[in-house]
Amino acid sequence: MKKFSSLLHNLILTPSRNTKIKLLQDYFKSLDINSAYALAILSDQLSFQFIKASKLREIVYEQVDQNLFDFSYDYVGDLAETISLIWPTKKEGKSLSLSTLIENIKKIKKSEINAEFSKILSQLSNNERWTLIKICTGGLRIGVSERLVKTALADQYNKSVNEIEEIWHGLEFPYKDLFEWLKNKTSKPKIDFRKLFHPMMLANPIDEEKDFKRLNANEFQAEYKWDGIRVQLMVSSKSVSLYSRTGENISSAFPEIIEFTKGDAVIDGELLVGKNFQPLGFNDLQQRLNRKKASKDLQKKYPVFIRAYDILFYKGKDLRKLYLLERRKYLEKFQKENKTNRIDLSCIINFSTWTELAKYKNNFNDDLNEGVMIKLKSSEYLPGRKKGYWYKWKKNPKLVDAILMYAQRGHGKRSSYYSDFTFGVWKEKELVPIGKAYSGYTDKELIDLDKFIRNNTTNRFGPVREVKKEIILEVAFDDVFPSNRHKSGVAMRFPRIHRIRWDKPLNEILSIEEFKKEFKIS
Amino acid sequence: MDFINHQLFIKDINVHIDPILPKKTAIITHGHADHARFGHDHVIATRQTIDIMKIRYGDKCAKKFTPLQYGQKYSIKNYDFTLYPAGHILGSAQILIEKNNHRLVITGDYKVGKDETCKNFKLVRCDTLITEATFGLPIYQHPDPKDEIQKLIRSVKINRNNCHIVGAYALGKAQRVMNLLRQNNYNETIYIHGSLEKLCQYYSKEKINIGKFEKVSSKDKNLYEGKIIIAPPSALKDRWSRRFPNPIICMASGWMTVKQRAKQQGIELPLVISDHSDWNELLDTIKKSKAKNILITHGQEDALVYYCKTQNLSSKPLSIKGRSDEEME
Repeated sequence: MKKFSSLLHNLILTPSRNTKIKLLQDYFKSLDINSAYALAILSDQLSFQFIKASKLREIVYEQVDQNLFDFSYDYVGDLAETISLIWPTKKEGKSLSLSTLIENIKKIKKSEINAEFSKILSQLSNNERWTLIKICTGGLRIGVSERLVKTALADQYNKSVNEIEEIWHGLEFPYKDLFEWLKNKTSKPKIDFRKLFHPMMLANPIDEEKDFKRLNANEFQAEYKWDGIRVQLMVSSKSVSLYSRTGENISSAFPEIIEFTKGDAVIDGELLVGKNFQPLGFNDLQQRLNRKKASKDLQKKYPVFIRAYDILFYKGKDLRKLYLLERRKYLEKFQKENKTNRIDLSCIINFSTWTELAKYKNNFNDDLNEGVMIKLKSSEYLPGRKKGYWYKWKKNPKLVDAILMYAQRGHGKRSSYYSDFTFGVWKEKELVPIGKAYSGYTDKELIDLDKFIRNNTTNRFGPVREVKKEIILEVAFDDVFPSNRHKSGVAMRFPRIHRIRWDKPLNEILSIEEFKKEFKIS
Repeated sequence: MDFINHQLFIKDINVHIDPILPKKTAIITHGHADHARFGHDHVIATRQTIDIMKIRYGDKCAKKFTPLQYGQKYSIKNYDFTLYPAGHILGSAQILIEKNNHRLVITGDYKVGKDETCKNFKLVRCDTLITEATFGLPIYQHPDPKDEIQKLIRSVKINRNNCHIVGAYALGKAQRVMNLLRQNNYNETIYIHGSLEKLCQYYSKEKINIGKFEKVSSKDKNLYEGKIIIAPPSALKDRWSRRFPNPIICMASGWMTVKQRAKQQGIELPLVISDHSDWNELLDTIKKSKAKNILITHGQEDALVYYCKTQNLSSKPLSIKGRSDEEME
């Protein structure tokens, strides 16, 4: 555990990619059970169902005054770090290996978690405690992607990173077959590709100034960018399964897709809510998300379908090395052959110049898409976010000026800065909050806002500070919906701080009625 | 204790403690720039604090100086002032103010832990305690500075082709790091940023063991491979630090306790070495002072105020303008 915790500590503090790779390779020198756990942790595949953040709080409250913990957590902005630092017992026990420690935790009986887990925390050093809690809560956020770990391994054991990538989703802890192959003791692990989730091809945002000068419009095809969730559908005569973009199996949440899909293919597309292939907004889709199951009622009220835009396998044939244009022909064929499907095709936009395409992108009457996708006609299906093949070109955001009302400290990278901002507009003579944003500003703007907040706090509610009402924020957002959860009656989608309007007077801010009118909310 | 206001001003006799703006009479706890300023008529402080002010601002930074020894009483009308060691940096002092049998202590910045670069903290019993709270959260439990300095020494041994640049405040922390290195048998020349030179010379003159040091020059960059350079934190982000061979950026500060802080500042090797009291030392001082009334200045007051209330002590925060709650020396 000492070794693994210092690996994480060093990884988080090292800015250089090469040094990170070196640190990883140092750790993966021997490929044993500890490395297997490390690999599972670094790729976020290990989690303890029974030790969640709420459980950890419960455990720490047994040791530390709750108010003192809350003050500290608010300040640090990271649960693992707060607990590791505030933990009162500093006696270090004998150091266990990563695997022994995890296996010991797995053995804890549910009824004894609090006492047993406390005991373990007390035997660790600060840094080990931090590591263990990070492992429990998942999502390390140490600036190391899964891809970087694979790159380090590939480089260390003379394999290509794409080879690892291809078989990755077919591998399982404790990665015996992978390790043996890396050590050249066996051949590459055999994976049934038809059952396997295939990492998706992702798009880069377009740089309007640079890219359009460089790219030839004729070589690209465009489609609308739909505002749903990205899915991969695997259908064969034996089974149908649906995966999210991260490779999580989400079949049980969308039974109507599973039931009504036929054929033999792997399809890439967007899951949307709507009847007769008429998509509804993201707000409706949200009713179907984050659920393990969907009741009949829910299926009826919010039916889902897939808007397909790519095909990876057709009747057992791997199409990923073909050009997009050719894959599209297979996709159309698949769709024609299986008419009963809950699948339609993403339509292709005809355009000959980028200026012409801009008209489609900015079509504000159609709020259901977020802009356009631009794809190289001759692109193979490549996993990850490779440059030069697929681009996304988002609509210009909607903008509104609002008054800064409250602020709270941020988390992670921005911990201890006041970086979460609640802003509002007028409702008669009072202000009513319309949203909260924690991104979009420059580092300099963040420092300025942080300073303003510290010097102009008028009231405190726990971690939240109310501030003097004098800063106007220009807020950009993707969309706004009616909502009965908020006092203002509106909910914004992806609000972020566009800029600070140091110049604008308060009385030029809209009222909530004007705001609703402008963005067509009844 | 009604005689002193939230700005540490005693109106009755027109005396300020650590004022930010030029005043008639100023009692100065220590030489850091957020406490010791230029332009007062009359400065009362320890001899070392006065020396340090003169080094930093020139001999004429005040019209009149009154040096006091630790424990020596100084009276203005019916107010008696006595300075006691604060253990923060060389010359740092707490101020005991006695009036009509009421004892009030202003700790200034202080630390309880051992430090060879200054006189160690002395606990003073009182009725009212005005304490600092820079690290007033229970997450701050400072490790043994010896273990921290060993991390630096070990890293220097392993990374022979790199130079280690240690960010440390020019006054106090820099010399403490140097002294800790010497205590742990690091005997090589320590290189320093130009802005540290006069203060290091002063510490040497005061017989503080900081060993052999030399100002970095721009001559031969490779000279600094495998060496330790000490620089003020502001220089770490500056172009200044880029000219050295494969620098590993280190920082000696209590703030380094929180990893995310270190990361935000681009610190690769954080060293938790603090000249302020940690949470337990703050609580201990409050307890042992026997004070019934606790006022808490700059830093993380909330948790400490809350703690005092749980101990049935009267307590409130004092907000002193001009001291940022973070990033002070």
